[in-house]
Amino acid sequence: MTTRSVGAPVARSEDPRLLRGEGRYLDDLGHDAFQIAMVRSPHAHARVLDIDVSGALEVEGLIAIHTFEDLPPRLQEPLPLLLPHPSLTAGRTQHLLADGEVNHVGEAVVMVTATDRYAAEDAAERILVEYDPLPAVVGPERARAAEHAVHDDVPDNVAAHLEQSIGDAPAAIGAAPNRLRFRLDIERSASTPMEGRGTYARWDGDDERVRLHTSTQAPTSVRAAVAAFLGLQLAQVECIAPDIGGGFGVKIMHPWPEEILVPWAARELGHDVKFTEDRREHFVSANHERAQVHWIDVGFDDDGRVLGLDVEFIHDHGAYIPYGLIVPIITSTQLIGPYKLENYRVVFDSVYTNTTPVSPYRGAGRPQGCFAMERTIDRIAAHLGKDRTEVRSVNFLQPEEMPYDFGLTFQDGRPLRYDSGDFPASLEKLKQLVDWDGFEERRAAAEAEGRLLGIGLATYVEGTGVGPYEGGHVLIEPGGTVQVSTGLSTQGQGHQTVFAQIVADELGVDLADVRVVTGDTRRFPYAVGTFASRAAVMSGNAIHLAARRVREKALRIASEALEVDAEDLELADGQARVVGSPDTAIDLKVVATLSNPLRYAFDESARIATQFANPGKEGQPPVTDDDEPGLEATDYYSPMSSTFANGMHAVEVSVDPDTSDIEVVRYAVVHDCGPLLNPRIVQGQVLGGVAQGVGGALYERMAYDEHGQLQNASFMDFLMPYATEVPSVDIDHLETPSPLNPLGIKGAGEAGVIPGAAAIAAAIEDATGVVIDAMPISPSQLHEQRLTTAQDRPGDTT
Amino acid sequence: MSVTAGAHERIEVEVTVNGVPRAAEVPPRRLLSDFLRHDLRLTGTHVGCEHGVCGACTILLDGAPIRSCLAFAVSVHGRELTTVEGLAADDGTLHPVQAAFQDQHGLQCGYCTPGFVMSACGFLAETTEPDDDEIREGMSGNLCRCTGYAGILAAVKQAAGDLRASGADPRSQHQPEDDAFAGRPGGEHGPAGGDGGGEVPS
Amino acid sequence: MKPSPFAYHAPESVDETLTTLSELGEDGKVLAGGQSLIPLLNMRLAAPPALVDLARVPELDTVEVTAEHVRVPARVTHERLRTHAEATAAIPLLRQALDWVAHPVIRNRGTALGSIVHGDPAGELPALLGLLDGNVELVSTQGRREATADSFLLGPLESDVRPGELARAVVFSRPAPRTGSAFEELARRHGDYAMAGVAVTVTLDPARNVAAARAAFIGVGGTPIGVELTDALSGQAFDALEPGEAIGLARAAIDPTDDIHATASYRRHLAGVLLGRALESAARRAAEDAAAEEGTHT
Repeated sequence: MTTRSVGAPVARSEDPRLLRGEGRYLDDLGHDAFQIAMVRSPHAHARVLDIDVSGALEVEGLIAIHTFEDLPPRLQEPLPLLLPHPSLTAGRTQHLLADGEVNHVGEAVVMVTATDRYAAEDAAERILVEYDPLPAVVGPERARAAEHAVHDDVPDNVAAHLEQSIGDAPAAIGAAPNRLRFRLDIERSASTPMEGRGTYARWDGDDERVRLHTSTQAPTSVRAAVAAFLGLQLAQVECIAPDIGGGFGVKIMHPWPEEILVPWAARELGHDVKFTEDRREHFVSANHERAQVHWIDVGFDDDGRVLGLDVEFIHDHGAYIPYGLIVPIITSTQLIGPYKLENYRVVFDSVYTNTTPVSPYRGAGRPQGCFAMERTIDRIAAHLGKDRTEVRSVNFLQPEEMPYDFGLTFQDGRPLRYDSGDFPASLEKLKQLVDWDGFEERRAAAEAEGRLLGIGLATYVEGTGVGPYEGGHVLIEPGGTVQVSTGLSTQGQGHQTVFAQIVADELGVDLADVRVVTGDTRRFPYAVGTFASRAAVMSGNAIHLAARRVREKALRIASEALEVDAEDLELADGQARVVGSPDTAIDLKVVATLSNPLRYAFDESARIATQFANPGKEGQPPVTDDDEPGLEATDYYSPMSSTFANGMHAVEVSVDPDTSDIEVVRYAVVHDCGPLLNPRIVQGQVLGGVAQGVGGALYERMAYDEHGQLQNASFMDFLMPYATEVPSVDIDHLETPSPLNPLGIKGAGEAGVIPGAAAIAAAIEDATGVVIDAMPISPSQLHEQRLTTAQDRPGDTT
Repeated sequence: MSVTAGAHERIEVEVTVNGVPRAAEVPPRRLLSDFLRHDLRLTGTHVGCEHGVCGACTILLDGAPIRSCLAFAVSVHGRELTTVEGLAADDGTLHPVQAAFQDQHGLQCGYCTPGFVMSACGFLAETTEPDDDEIREGMSGNLCRCTGYAGILAAVKQAAGDLRASGADPRSQHQPEDDAFAGRPGGEHGPAGGDGGGEVPS
Repeated sequence: MKPSPFAYHAPESVDETLTTLSELGEDGKVLAGGQSLIPLLNMRLAAPPALVDLARVPELDTVEVTAEHVRVPARVTHERLRTHAEATAAIPLLRQALDWVAHPVIRNRGTALGSIVHGDPAGELPALLGLLDGNVELVSTQGRREATADSFLLGPLESDVRPGELARAVVFSRPAPRTGSAFEELARRHGDYAMAGVAVTVTLDPARNVAAARAAFIGVGGTPIGVELTDALSGQAFDALEPGEAIGLARAAIDPTDDIHATASYRRHLAGVLLGRALESAARRAAEDAAAEEGTHT
């Protein structure tokens, strides 16, 4: 009997291949391809006066040098603004190569093609670009001060201004018995996958087609972009996402300049061309996120109930805004978290700075929103002298109020409407998991050892499974293998395994017989992409629907062949068989063979199938009007709105009173993404997210100086945590199913990272008594803040 | 024999990789990581930073783990290298360290994985009975952006036990017939071999 | 991130190395473990015309331990020295310092002498050169000279290896009887260069009171900063140190600067805290050393 695999912690089918070193990542392809290297701007803001390539011409292995002037007119157009928005009134995007002006360190100015990357770098080093430096705009506040402009035609540096509200927050705050106003900052960070960007193109002159491999979260969209820029029909472009060494958001940006330039160069040069980004250029030319400054104004009653919340923030989107307003809109709407806010106003400016552009990084505006909301709740609790969990409880939206429509517009342009969740139950689980009520004893014990112990918590709600759609194709081959494809690509989420689980259960086949292909436009040309914790919800449900159609067709054909009622059949163990009398059965591969009226006796299935050969219905053609050959189906899943997952984290930190060194000693997570398709994979997603949250709270920041130079563009100085920096994590799950999709699932990809900064800040504050209003924080910063706090409160030093 | 070569001259580099003699002519500046990946086409060794911090390119040089991005191919002439391709049995059966990574969900995107596996093989050869702190320290030179490390640490712990039981040298190719782990699940689509990755060293 | 082209020389003996270096003059750069040099080459922050690789010079492999010193030739890796039982028994501070050096995989290839020649202001090994009255042996076809920390470590990433010279070995002096040592540092991440660190030695008199003490700080100046602490601690009982004066002296002597990881004032504060902790450990170990020595005499 085939056991049900959905819900089981099935080992990943991807793993053996990857563990043996048989993965095929971008740079593992095209060993004989020409390689490109970019001359990138060393200035944050400058005019390009002259480019002298003469010194590079003698470099052994040089193939070609291209500047903006050398590109055809279509390639001189700026990149598209992917997600326009009515409020985005001054959207500017970059050119493939700089058109006379550079706006951030790392912007591509000249493309060098050579026989290998060594030679390409040799030539790039010898190209002399003369720049006229301009004043650099760095930091959100300097951008809004507008002393200098990033783009001449946007003198105030503001690309967009957007306000949303529920009720009347200013009036509610004015009437509230208590009011607090303060500022909260989050610094820049970035996805920083272990594999950088990369693109490899092969132009087939005989077929006049380009085959593009690119390390992307959106292969179908890259394909469309390449076709548009290169003046090709879609049918002439194939785009494949090979194994991808992590994305975390940065690879949803598309097209990167290189994704257009590489296939163009391949066609121009009649030779394979490849771009493999190195780590240094990844730091300055691949997008960042997170930098925002928030001003909070909150009114609340004596129980801590928020009566009105007014939030203004500046979002620093860097030099260009190709990805639109997704990040600040998510902050605006997801800041609310699990709370029932009836008077809320949020307004942001999205501003240009002379820094690397911004597009979503795992969490995408949510960590900032969570930080703003949860720090606010903690301030209220501190002001009233109440337990922080109590203040959260009085503000929670209750499970019986679901679904709940806030009256705001979410990132997908649809109403912000929570579908499910039980926040009081989640908080109760978290308190148990971290032993919230026993903390004061632990604090006293630590104090006796000379350590400052603190505890904090943070909650969030995450819109996941964002539309508009994904599709799935399921095909049972006459050989018995089940081929599954979906258009979005995979960066380590275990889709091959999870989608196979869904199909195996629906078709009653062994997991080992299911082959899943993602991110290959040759196999599935329609897709949106892998972002917003949407792949399992969107493609999972689409594949589920497609598999169900295949199941129905298999049952129909089997019932005709076995001459039994379809309702008496089940699919199990790779067969269609009569429930209760399993000897009356037909192999699915035979059913697959029967599904095609043309069947030469190439194999055993075909020979068996002839026994069941159905002469066809009288007066009907061999393939009837409502039928198709083949045991396959395509289906799409398109939800009315996003599903909302939620979770709560609690953290204990230990602070060294002398050095202010911070150690996370306990980390507890309660997570609700509905039913778990594969618990080990969900757990892995959460654990990975937590590590990024810890990184974002204590280690990682993109440190720009006032001139727009990134001072830490290496793994030596951009401090991604090692195993020694990441705590052990206790996880518990609450499963409230979503009513919105057949599987009842909600997304899980980003959850782990969202509340890290908020929860860790709260714990440090609890340990030290220092108000933490900016993250990340280092021991040095904490030390300085503790000194300042001690000076402000003489006699209150520890 | 001493060697002298001009900057653009090619030098014959002969090495033994995973027990097989290999050779290629390369210029002096060819990084060992590129030599393996592009000259010998052993692409299992990955490159994540090329400045020695991330550990994705870790291989064994005469049995000791090193960063292949911080060595020149010409410097290792005549020596023995082991890469991630050299661990599984000839029939593809995973080496105990590899199997443990699958069992404990020690990988997601898989890019850092070969480096972790090679670091673990070197570490477990030196430290056969590591405690949780030693495992953390031993794996501390490799960056992973996906897993949060919990599955990796659990995998190294499991592998330590499995290797002790079999007595195999973690740096050599897996020989399934030689140990008690022959026939274990861990092939292409095996069922859950571990406990769901829940056990995490603290 | 690929290095610029360089000519390559792999001599087979020290003599041949010296001849090659002599011929190359300013153009030649020695490659030992490469763990500091190759990142600079890959980033093209350095582009020497020629590298002289010690890969084929095994005569530089052997650690020598005598009654007076520990001699560490140019090819000895951090890990080899860290696990060298005789050397670390003779000078426990070697092990205490090397435990902090980077990560195990880097220690497998990086060399102890190489990190001194590299001269990172936050490197652990350069601090030992002065604290352990060490010398760097420099040889060339013209002869041999020795350099102490003061003359050898010139500034951040700058040491006094002259054209044609090979830094052949570093020699550390063994501590006096009844001496204990400790190394303390705090880095942002485990294995990173420290925000501040300190190596100390404390020597006790037979009554277990401090007879001599000194420290060397890293990460708080362009080179390691040695501070003589004997006057500040002399006569104090090993288990009741009052390090306040020593900490004050040290905080005045060091010269930290701001960077993205820590402010100068934090580093100054931190250096003092670490000194207090290191002195305590070192004094305790000195007492243990004294007890062990008495044990061998009875």
